[in-house]
Amino acid sequence: MDPKIIADHNLTPEEYDRIVKLIGREPNLTELGIFSTMWSEHCSYKSSKVHLKKLPTTGKRVIQGPGENAGIIDIGGGQAVVFKIESHNHPSYIEPFQGAATGVGGILRDIFTMGARPIALLDSLRFGPLSNPKNRSIMEGVVSGISSYGNSIGVPTVGGEVYFREGYSANPLVNVFCLGLALKEKIFYARAGEPGNLVLYVGAKTGRDGIHGATMASAEFGKETEHKRPNVQVGDPFKEKLLLEACLEVMDRNLIVGIQDMGAAGLTCSTTEMAAKSGLGMAVDLDRVPQREEGMTPYEIMLSESQERMLIVCREDKVDDVQAIFAKWDLDAVVIGRITEGGRLLGKAGGQVVIDIPLDAVIDLCPMYERPSRLIEPSPPLDLDSIAVPSDFKAVLLKILSSPTIADKEWVFRQYDHMVQVDTALFPGGDAAVLRIKGEKKALAVTLDGNSSYAALDPEAGSKIAVAEACRNLACVGARPLGVTNCLNFGNPEKPEVMGQFEAVIAGMAEACRAFGIPVTGGNVSFYNDTEGESIAPTPVLGIVGLIEDIDKVVHPGFQAEGEVIVLLGQSREEVGGSEYLRVQHGLDKGPPPTIDLAEEKRVQELCLGAIDRGWLRSTHDISEGGLAVCLAECCFHSPAGLGCSVSVEDAGRADALVFGESQSRIVVTVERKNLDKLMKLSAKKKVAAAVLGETGGSAIAIKHQGRELINLPVEQAFKAWKWSIPELFRMK
Amino acid sequence: MKFGVVVFPGSNCDRDTYYALKDVLRQPTLFLWHKDHDLKKVDCVVLPGGFSYGDYLRAGAIARFSPLMQEVAEFAVRGGLVLGICNGFQVLTELGLLPGAMLRNKNLKFLCQFVNLRLENTDTAFTRNGTAGQVLRIPIAHFDGNYYAPPETLKDIESHNQVLLRYSTPEGELTAEANVNGSLNSIAGLINKRGNVMGMMPHPERASEDLFGSRDGRVILESLLKGF
Repeated sequence: MDPKIIADHNLTPEEYDRIVKLIGREPNLTELGIFSTMWSEHCSYKSSKVHLKKLPTTGKRVIQGPGENAGIIDIGGGQAVVFKIESHNHPSYIEPFQGAATGVGGILRDIFTMGARPIALLDSLRFGPLSNPKNRSIMEGVVSGISSYGNSIGVPTVGGEVYFREGYSANPLVNVFCLGLALKEKIFYARAGEPGNLVLYVGAKTGRDGIHGATMASAEFGKETEHKRPNVQVGDPFKEKLLLEACLEVMDRNLIVGIQDMGAAGLTCSTTEMAAKSGLGMAVDLDRVPQREEGMTPYEIMLSESQERMLIVCREDKVDDVQAIFAKWDLDAVVIGRITEGGRLLGKAGGQVVIDIPLDAVIDLCPMYERPSRLIEPSPPLDLDSIAVPSDFKAVLLKILSSPTIADKEWVFRQYDHMVQVDTALFPGGDAAVLRIKGEKKALAVTLDGNSSYAALDPEAGSKIAVAEACRNLACVGARPLGVTNCLNFGNPEKPEVMGQFEAVIAGMAEACRAFGIPVTGGNVSFYNDTEGESIAPTPVLGIVGLIEDIDKVVHPGFQAEGEVIVLLGQSREEVGGSEYLRVQHGLDKGPPPTIDLAEEKRVQELCLGAIDRGWLRSTHDISEGGLAVCLAECCFHSPAGLGCSVSVEDAGRADALVFGESQSRIVVTVERKNLDKLMKLSAKKKVAAAVLGETGGSAIAIKHQGRELINLPVEQAFKAWKWSIPELFRMK
Repeated sequence: MKFGVVVFPGSNCDRDTYYALKDVLRQPTLFLWHKDHDLKKVDCVVLPGGFSYGDYLRAGAIARFSPLMQEVAEFAVRGGLVLGICNGFQVLTELGLLPGAMLRNKNLKFLCQFVNLRLENTDTAFTRNGTAGQVLRIPIAHFDGNYYAPPETLKDIESHNQVLLRYSTPEGELTAEANVNGSLNSIAGLINKRGNVMGMMPHPERASEDLFGSRDGRVILESLLKGF
């Protein structure tokens, strides 16, 4: 085989030699294509697997951990939640609309493949600064791509997060999360059953789109990305809606043995994985694969990433019933092969054998790497004396509120149908999304979190904080965490410093997940987020699902009534490292991120959950980017009555750190005066610092420090700065 | 009152509408499959929101050719009650059961949000539980809800009091800002001359219980129950 062809398939000479040894001969081009996608970083996790093993993955509620399309957690009453996050970074940079849209399509298939009806989508997005028109156009494309797919298929997009940083200009991140609800007894896996079972191809026809998408996602980008546009698939949400309903119907009627979606690596991945997971083989006739264009080669058929396709295995006596259901939904369901003994994939086309390879070679014997790593020194302590305390705190607050990372994201989420399925109990913009389960008292909460500044400055601490903050967001609405899915966005793993970041992030995440007792049930690693040699900052994003025992006890972030007492739970420290304040006001992106003490964090969350359960808390909102001042402002903005607040911070220390610093493990809550004593007593009992800050009311955000007025800003004025910042940036031409 | 909710391929508010009618309002409700030719003796046909046939040609343009729509059209001619919500409204205009058409929203973006709607005419089977001038809070979720009709049609609609809902401020004023999608005369909901076919862009099924903070959708849905 020509070394250039091998290199074009992103395989090293050593990897090629391994293939030859494993199959006992030189592979043909189709077989080389199969190995190259299955051994790509995207499909094989060859650089990350040894490290991912360090994450906790078990728990008494876990029905399915990593290794399947999605994780599954038991929520009692015969029901289970199925959830997963996935990245679609590379395609979204090349073709923002279709890249993001097919990201949504792919994650939805991962969920309904398992027998769950998708009930919510969330997205974590990272773009370069909006002052750059290119970044605005990428964001506009990504948001409309997500909106177009999710809205059409009728799954609400209920939350997520958007950050803006310079480093994402040439490598935006699009991480898509989906949550599904299933009956425990109706969960399906990628299984082949027994030899003789039929293999059905269902859904859209196969075209030449997306060939080598998985390989593309496993390499850096150079200057020219335009020519890779044909590698991006085109989504058809209508087709997927039909596929969703048809698949759930055949599963509901127990007509199938196993099912696997055709996502990255299409037919290659679904055929090899399904057979291999049952220790069997598969024989397929590629001529029978429904094709959109004439003259497709076996290579193209096996590697196409055309969307909205599924592979189903069923018993021969059920095939008519299965086909009848797909016909009802106007979809193709074609028998393309059979399950065989012997653990080989056999493919025929035009009467010739074009594929004949052992499945263990493709899947189990993929090389695994423990790549060299170099730990970067975490950021040194900040010299606070070199940072001037601002003279006008009000101006600083306005500046932070209008910083796009902090500003209102309504421009984004009103393009998403966040209400369809009528279960969205807390709309986007709060701490976590809350979803009702019809007919049940319990409810679900979901959040996505990942502060990339912290992780850039200290990957391990940043990763811990991401877990802690996600759990805190759940605690704010009254939910206990059930399980985690992670999306790990990094640069090229062949660079030792990137591997160093990765190992540090895994270490932090493992420690934090153990501290909270939550299993990681799956996720996605996205390496090679590099453009022109520049890696992105390490960006771990956590998707955590929580359970609320009683939906009537859910607490909102907005101030509810005049004259209620505002209490700060948790300890403020004199720290500003990695803060939005430091970046916006001083133009600095440095310092160690805030301290994170996981034991303290847990105590604060337990206190919050306990107080919510007792019905004392009228509002809750966690302190994150922008610090206490931004948190209070948001409590005013979310207030149904448009209430202001009047507070005084009594801690000693620099006023800017206390008001804008981002010390962790803090939640601002309100209580009726009659419940204040009880809350303070419970705080003392749980060993959590709690300070009465002031009370709700008036029409201004008034903040004092030790008697000195720092900020006195009409809510209306602050609201405008926050609300109109992003829409105005998009009006710029 | 027996309701039938039509399911087109791509409908996605069919289950929500069914839930609001069956589980919230406790009315006998069933799904009607678009390929059938049987309305199963329902008293009111509801065309739900969603993206029938993906809305790939034009919103509602293909669904009107579904086999069942022939029965729905005949049902309407016989005086049967038909309510079209969002995509269902678009289907009704494509079918010619209601005048006018929908253009893209004026900001060229999908809009999902609560809107305020001034109730214009309460002398109909769909609005009799309300009071004229009352302002309802109900969500919208659409890309193509910018109502358009030629001037003479518009004049005709207005002179026959066919407009039932208009986008307004919370106080009931009609302003350009409140008219979020740019509809002519701020039209959000219409009825036919005979008074048995209504189309509305907002989703009453999303405002039928307290979860979203408004039950105003029930003014429409419960009006239909009177006399049954």
